[in-house]
Amino acid sequence: MDIATQTETAPPPPPVTTEQKRASRGATRPGDRIFLGLSRGSGILLLVIMAAIAAFLTYRAGLALADNTGNFLTTFEWDANAIPPKFGIAVLAFGTVVSSIIALVIAVPVAVGIALFISHYAPRKLAAPIAYVIDLLAAVPSIVYGLWGALVVAPNLTGLYSWLDSVLGWTGIFSYQGGAPRSLMTVGILLAIMILPIITNVSREVFLQAPKMHEEAALALGATRWEVIRMSVIPFGRSGIISASMLGLGRALGETIAVATVLSPNFLIGASLLDPGGGTFAQNIASKFNEASEYGRDALIASGLVLFLITLLVNGAARMIIARRKEYSGANA
Amino acid sequence: MAKRIDVSGLTAYYGSHKAIEDISMTVEPRSVTAFIGPSGCGKSTFLRTLNRMHEVTPGGRVEGKVLLDGDDLYASGIDPVNVRRTVGMVFQRPNPFPTMSIFDNVAAGLRLNGSYKKAELAEIVEKSLKGANLWNEVKDRLNKPGSGLSGGQQQRLCIARAIAVEPQVLLMDEPCSALDPISTLAIEDLIGELKERFTIVIVTHNMQQAARVSDRTAFFNLAAVGQPGKLVEIDETERIFSNPSVQATEDYISGRFG
Repeated sequence: MDIATQTETAPPPPPVTTEQKRASRGATRPGDRIFLGLSRGSGILLLVIMAAIAAFLTYRAGLALADNTGNFLTTFEWDANAIPPKFGIAVLAFGTVVSSIIALVIAVPVAVGIALFISHYAPRKLAAPIAYVIDLLAAVPSIVYGLWGALVVAPNLTGLYSWLDSVLGWTGIFSYQGGAPRSLMTVGILLAIMILPIITNVSREVFLQAPKMHEEAALALGATRWEVIRMSVIPFGRSGIISASMLGLGRALGETIAVATVLSPNFLIGASLLDPGGGTFAQNIASKFNEASEYGRDALIASGLVLFLITLLVNGAARMIIARRKEYSGANA
Repeated sequence: MAKRIDVSGLTAYYGSHKAIEDISMTVEPRSVTAFIGPSGCGKSTFLRTLNRMHEVTPGGRVEGKVLLDGDDLYASGIDPVNVRRTVGMVFQRPNPFPTMSIFDNVAAGLRLNGSYKKAELAEIVEKSLKGANLWNEVKDRLNKPGSGLSGGQQQRLCIARAIAVEPQVLLMDEPCSALDPISTLAIEDLIGELKERFTIVIVTHNMQQAARVSDRTAFFNLAAVGQPGKLVEIDETERIFSNPSVQATEDYISGRFG
């Protein structure tokens, strides 16, 4: 690499031939050339697929939006089959973001706790089975989560919600009228359980990689086990926890069938998270797609495009957070 | 400040493997004691038994007594966390906390031990960095990460971090083996200054270093690979390097391994 760079920059600059360029990438032998082609091809393929998805979504969404008589962003209605059509994503955006945030708020602390227990507290004999059970949780199909959520979790949450209503009901957010709690909060709790395994697994992997020498440095200063974790393990794993949370958030934002099974949807934004109602992008698409007309499907695709953009934004934000702390990350130690 | 260490009949295990056997010695306060010996002779293991870091290794176990001015570190009811606050340690590879600034690195131990006012903390950090001969090099960038310093500076940062909590004893496990000769010289000079205030024990592979910095030297050896390491002798450094009382020591020092 160094030698190649030198030949390219050494004065007087000789004309750089294709041969030399190829040599600087180390692709002169057939094996290298084939592998370079394969890896470059895979990279390009990925970009092409992404562009194709974006183009498809944008094109079909454009068809629907052209005839929409409602404001796409603020209308509390989804009547794409009506003449003239009227639909908006306000309720869906609210429901998707709120249920995913609830899921993250519940899942991240629990997942980090489990990951730390497995990596730093549990005796080895206990750590392996726990990790296995967590993996198992990831293998449960989401329709099973949906059925379990609708038939078991939701009915059992009435007690908790009544209690929340009596303590925090005055805030409006936690007021509860009674009845089947097939609400955004219930969806959030279910999503939290569903994204727990991925956040736990990624965090655990990162915590296990925390350098022994920094843990020993903390120990030698007289740190307790928790202080060792706080001083060396969690700071080292911070960007990993963020990435893990974003992976979980991605799953929560896009989760479809479990949400559709549990939620009792309507097109209103209620102040209360505990009362039934609301909707999410994916749930709305799943429940309306079969009966939708050609035009109605385009409208649903337009909502899908918004979900796509939200996911992109979330990932971009996560990358920015990670990059900003790069100087302090363990990578350059 | 500095305390005397009396070790008697100390044996340490890794699981069922006996790493060092029946070691007894006295480490004088306000002096530098160097441990030398071939690789695998257990000198680092022994060092780590002096602040109860050995038992952190899975399967690590210790028998025998280590008295710090008469108080047994291994007595029942003694919290190893408190032992490590009294007996500081500097490691082979510089290990400042990468996520902390230079200031926070030095303050890390203090923050564990209790709450300090901001001004108080700043004063101790300055004093410790001066004590580690690092203040002039870093005083303008205390808020920058410690991992941006050179290897030698990082090691002095680790020394500053260790002495900030005013330990009784400072253990150093080959503190210069990852450093260039100039940084090594800086650390050796520093050790000479620190022994006015602390009891210092240093493990080193470099016999010239032992001869340069230490007052007393202990030679460890093992009969064969897999056998436990033993203390061969401990004496004034001058005597060890000129006229040791055991033949094995002389062989090792003069490069004739036996």
